[in-house]
Amino acid sequence: MNEPLKGIVVSHAALAQGMVDAVRQITGEDALVAVSNDGCESTALAERLSGALGGSSAVVFVDLPGGSCLHAAMREMRSSKSIAVVAGVNLAMLLDFIYHRNLTPAEAARRAAEHGAQAVRAVSI
Amino acid sequence: LSLLLVRLDDRLIHGQVVVGWGRALAVTLVVLVDDRVRDSDWEQELFRMGMPAEVELRFASTAEAVTQAPKWLASPDRTIVVTGDIPTLVRLVEGAPGIRRVNLGGVHRTAGRRQLLPYLFLTGDEERELRRLAATGVEVKAQDVPTARSVPIEELV
Repeated sequence: MNEPLKGIVVSHAALAQGMVDAVRQITGEDALVAVSNDGCESTALAERLSGALGGSSAVVFVDLPGGSCLHAAMREMRSSKSIAVVAGVNLAMLLDFIYHRNLTPAEAARRAAEHGAQAVRAVSI
Repeated sequence: LSLLLVRLDDRLIHGQVVVGWGRALAVTLVVLVDDRVRDSDWEQELFRMGMPAEVELRFASTAEAVTQAPKWLASPDRTIVVTGDIPTLVRLVEGAPGIRRVNLGGVHRTAGRRQLLPYLFLTGDEERELRRLAATGVEVKAQDVPTARSVPIEELV
């Protein structure tokens, strides 16, 4: 495997930046980049995402399984085999992802989605 | 009237439309009027991914929308129509005189546009087109989400 995968978090408002900050605070790792859809239509968001990717192999994490953030990510994925997309990002999957970036994008995305799903639960005493 | 909202939004269908307006208006049908998306199965699939199961999503070209608008106006479906640009909106409203109100939901910054609201940027030509529409008696108001103030175009340009 070459370079570790990049991780890009794409969200509405400041959610992505908050998650990226939280990962850095918890782990000390500076491995993720945040992209917000604030104030931009689809072309401008695509440019922001494309700039964040910089041609690297990456997993793109988006906040919702629909909407402008997912659309931008899917368009990038369509034009590049080295990008995989996970919808429904949460902190647990990002924390796992940053320590498993020597996988293929598809493998890393699958792993992150599984870990993220396992972290969501109703907690009882 | 069951055509509850005719919206201009350059992000087309997204959270504000589906969650914000969809919930507030108890919408059962969303129609996306966009010539490019109408011709792209792939893009239609993208938009379907974000829709709740209880809301139907249909796609129409501008010409199809003009023809079908009277049916939407008369239908019991609680409907939102979304267009992504001002030429499409104007063609639809001028072609379907039953539409008396339009919602300016989001037109974002690009070169040549000036800011009128945090979510509304227009070129001089776009401002003139919307003013012209309002002068024909169509109510043209900006409002991104249901809880925001509705601002008449006359206050903005």
